[in-house]
Amino acid sequence: MNSEPQTDEAAFREGSGAAAVADAGPSAAPATFRPPTPATGEEHPADAPLSIHDMTVAYHRTPVLWDVDFDAPEGRLIGIVGPNGAGKSTLLKAVLDLIPIVSGRVTVYGQPYRKQRHLVGYVPQRESVDWDFPVSAVDVVCMGRYARIGWCRPVTRRHKAAAMECLDRVGMADYARRQISQLSGGQQQRVFLARALAQQAKLYLMDEPLSGVDAATEQAIIAILHELRAGGKTVLVVHHDLQTVPQYFDYVLLLNMRIVAHGPTADVFTKENLRKTYGGRLTLLDQAAHAMARRGRE
Amino acid sequence: MISAGEASSLRRRFRVRRVLGALLAAGVMLLLAHSAAMAGDAPSTPSASFDGAIEVSDHDLVRILTLRDYNTRVVVLGTALLGLAAGTVGVFMLLRKRALLGDALSHATLPGIGIAFIVMARSGGNGKWLPGLLLGAAISGAIGVAGVLLIRRWTRLKEDAALGVVLSVFFGLGVAILGVIQKMDTGNAAGLSSFIYGKTASMLAADTWLIAGAAGVVAVGCLLLFKEFGLLCFDLEFAGAQGWPTLLLDTLMLTLVILVTVIGLQAVGLILMIALLVIPPAAARFWTQRLSQMVLISAGIGAASGFVGSVVSATQPNLPAGAIIVLAASACFLISLTFGRARGVVFQFIERVRLERKTRCQHLLRAVFEWVEEGRGNGGVGATESKIPFSGLVRQRSWSRHRLDRIIVRAERDGLIERVGDTHVRLTSAGWDEARRVVRNHRLWELYLITHADIAPSHVDRDADELEHVLGQTMVRKLEGLLAEQAAATVPPSPHALA
Repeated sequence: MNSEPQTDEAAFREGSGAAAVADAGPSAAPATFRPPTPATGEEHPADAPLSIHDMTVAYHRTPVLWDVDFDAPEGRLIGIVGPNGAGKSTLLKAVLDLIPIVSGRVTVYGQPYRKQRHLVGYVPQRESVDWDFPVSAVDVVCMGRYARIGWCRPVTRRHKAAAMECLDRVGMADYARRQISQLSGGQQQRVFLARALAQQAKLYLMDEPLSGVDAATEQAIIAILHELRAGGKTVLVVHHDLQTVPQYFDYVLLLNMRIVAHGPTADVFTKENLRKTYGGRLTLLDQAAHAMARRGRE
Repeated sequence: MISAGEASSLRRRFRVRRVLGALLAAGVMLLLAHSAAMAGDAPSTPSASFDGAIEVSDHDLVRILTLRDYNTRVVVLGTALLGLAAGTVGVFMLLRKRALLGDALSHATLPGIGIAFIVMARSGGNGKWLPGLLLGAAISGAIGVAGVLLIRRWTRLKEDAALGVVLSVFFGLGVAILGVIQKMDTGNAAGLSSFIYGKTASMLAADTWLIAGAAGVVAVGCLLLFKEFGLLCFDLEFAGAQGWPTLLLDTLMLTLVILVTVIGLQAVGLILMIALLVIPPAAARFWTQRLSQMVLISAGIGAASGFVGSVVSATQPNLPAGAIIVLAASACFLISLTFGRARGVVFQFIERVRLERKTRCQHLLRAVFEWVEEGRGNGGVGATESKIPFSGLVRQRSWSRHRLDRIIVRAERDGLIERVGDTHVRLTSAGWDEARRVVRNHRLWELYLITHADIAPSHVDRDADELEHVLGQTMVRKLEGLLAEQAAATVPPSPHALA
C-alpha cells in the first residue's frame, strides 16, 4: 500500500495547501490554482497513521479545539507548536480517547483508535504523575507492556527483559532498580520515553518530552526520535521551544485552538504563520526568525 | 493457562512473601510479649469483657494469648483478618490519593443501617439480622462515595469540600434515623448504635466467617488486579490510553473498600474505620520503595494491629477493641516513621550525616591534593612525603580551624591522613590513592557538566562538589567513555583556575 510514499506525500501536501489557503491567507497559498476540495472527508488518505476529521473538543462548556482537520504523514517527526492554552495537550488526549470529542472523528491507520490502541505509544507530561510512587524505573517501563500482558497476569521475566532493553536504549539501564523519585527530571523523562518504546507502537504521541530536561537528555531524546523515524515510525511531539523547531522536526503543526497551518517545516514555519499562531508576541517571533536565519546559513 | 516461566516467577514472589510474613510474625510476637508484660502488671479485677464472666488473671491472660477461649478466638481472628484486608486495599486507596474517601464512605453507611433495620423489622423479620444490616450499610456507603465523586466531577467544588458535605450529611441523616427508630415500637433497637464505635463483644463465629470470606475476596482481588490497580494509581491517563477500563477498575477498587468498611463496622465502628484503611499503608511506605512489598507490609501491620488490639482489649475491662486496634496501628505508624528502612526519620538522618562526613573527608583530600599539585608542598608535585600546613587548608576550603580538626581526626581514624607535628598533615599511601580517585571523579564530572550540560564553567565547581559524592563507578566509566581524550591522563587537569 505504501509502495509510492512520494505520491502519497505529494497528495498530502496538496491537501495541506488547501487548508492553508483557508486558514493562513495568501502567503501560504500555492502558486497554482486548484479546484476546491469537497468537504466530505474524502481527501483523507485511507491509511494515514493518524487522521483527524473535523474534530471539536470542549472542556465543560468552553470549546478548546475547533474544527481540527489533519492527517499525519507516515514516517515523519512532527512538531506540534502553539502558545499556552492552544490545546496542544488536549489534541493528543482527544486522539487517545481520554477526553470526549464533541464532533468529528479520529482514525489510526484507517480504523477507529479503539481498535488500534496497540499501534499507538504515548508519553504524557512528566508533571502528570506523582514521582514519589513506590516503583522502580524498570517497573514503570514494564507498564508499557501491560496491554500485551493482559488482565490478571503477572509481569514475566520476558517482559521485564524487554523493558530493560528499552531502558538501555534511552541510556538508563544503570538506573533500572532506582525508585523513580531518586531520578533527575531528565532521567524521569527518559523513563517515560522508554515506557513508550516498550509499547512497540507505530505511531507515537508525546506531550512535551523535552520540557525541563538537561541538554544531554535533550540530545539523547532527539536521537531516539530520529531513530524511531528512521524505523518508519510516525512521531507527534508537542514542543514549546520555537528556536529548536526547525532543527528537530521535519514537519510542523501550528495550533492555536484551530490549526493555523501544517506542512513541511521549511514551508510552514514562517514568520507570517507564527504571527498568526502567537499573536503579537514579538520577542518569541524574533527568536524564531533568528533560528530560521541560523538554519538558513547552515 | 500459566506458562512455566510465569509459574516460577509466581513461586519466587511467594517465597519473598513467606520471608516477609515470617518477619511480620516475629514483630507480632514482640508486640504481644510487650502487651503481655503490661497486662501482667495490672491488678486482677473482674472483667466485663466478651462474655462478661472472664476473670482476668495471669492464667486467663495465657488463655487469651493462646486463643484457647472460643470467644476470644472468634474476635481475635476476625479483627486480624479485618486488619489484613483493610491494610491491603488501603494501599491502593492511599496511592490513588483517595485515603479520605474511606472516611466519607464509613460515615455514609449509618443511614443504610437504620433504613435496613426499619425495613426488616416492619416486614416482620428480625430487625438486627446482620447480613441485612450490612447490605443496607453497603448500599448507602456506595451512594455516599458516588455522591463525592459526582460532586467533584460535575461541580467546581474540590474534593475536600465534597468529602465534608457527604460525610456530615449522611452521618447526620443516620443519627436522625436511629433517633426515629428509638421512638418506634418495632422491637429492640439497642444494638444499632454499636456500629458507630464498634463492639467486638457482639461478634459471633458466623461474623468471623463473614469477615474471613470478605478478607479472602479482598486479598484475591488485590492479588489478581495488582498490576492493574498499580497502573491506575500511578498513571490514570496512560492506563486509559492503553485501553484499560479505568472507570471499571476504579469501581472494583471502591467495591473492595466498601466491602472491607462494611465488615469492619461491627468490630471497629464507622468513626475509626478510616484508621485501618489509612494508617497501615502510610506506615508501610516508610519501609519500602516497592509496591508489592508495601502491600505485604501494610497487610501485616493491619493484621498485627487487629490482633494486638483485640487481645489487649480482652485482657482489660472496659477497653473498647476498636480504639485499641487503632492505637496499636498508630504505634506501628510511629515506629515506622522513626525507624523505617526506606524513609524513616532516623534512617534519613543517618544517611545525611554519613553523606556529610564523606563529603567533608573528600573535600579535605582534594584540598591536600590540589595543594601538592600546585607545588606548594615542600616535597614537590606528587610526593608522598609532602607536608601540608593547617593554615593552607583552612584558607583553601574556608573551614574554621575547629571543624578542620574534627575532619582530620576522622580522616586519621580511616587511615587516610597523618599528623606531622602540631601544624602539618601528610597523606598516607591509602590517602593518596583515595585522593587521586576523588579528584579524578571530580574533574571528570566537571568536564562532563561543561561539555555536555551547557553550564558556564564558573558555575560548575559548586555542583561538582555536591555530586561527585554520589557518583557511582558506572557513571565514572560512562564519563570516561564520553571524555576519552581528557581521561587519558590519570588525573585530568582542572578545567578552571584553582583558588
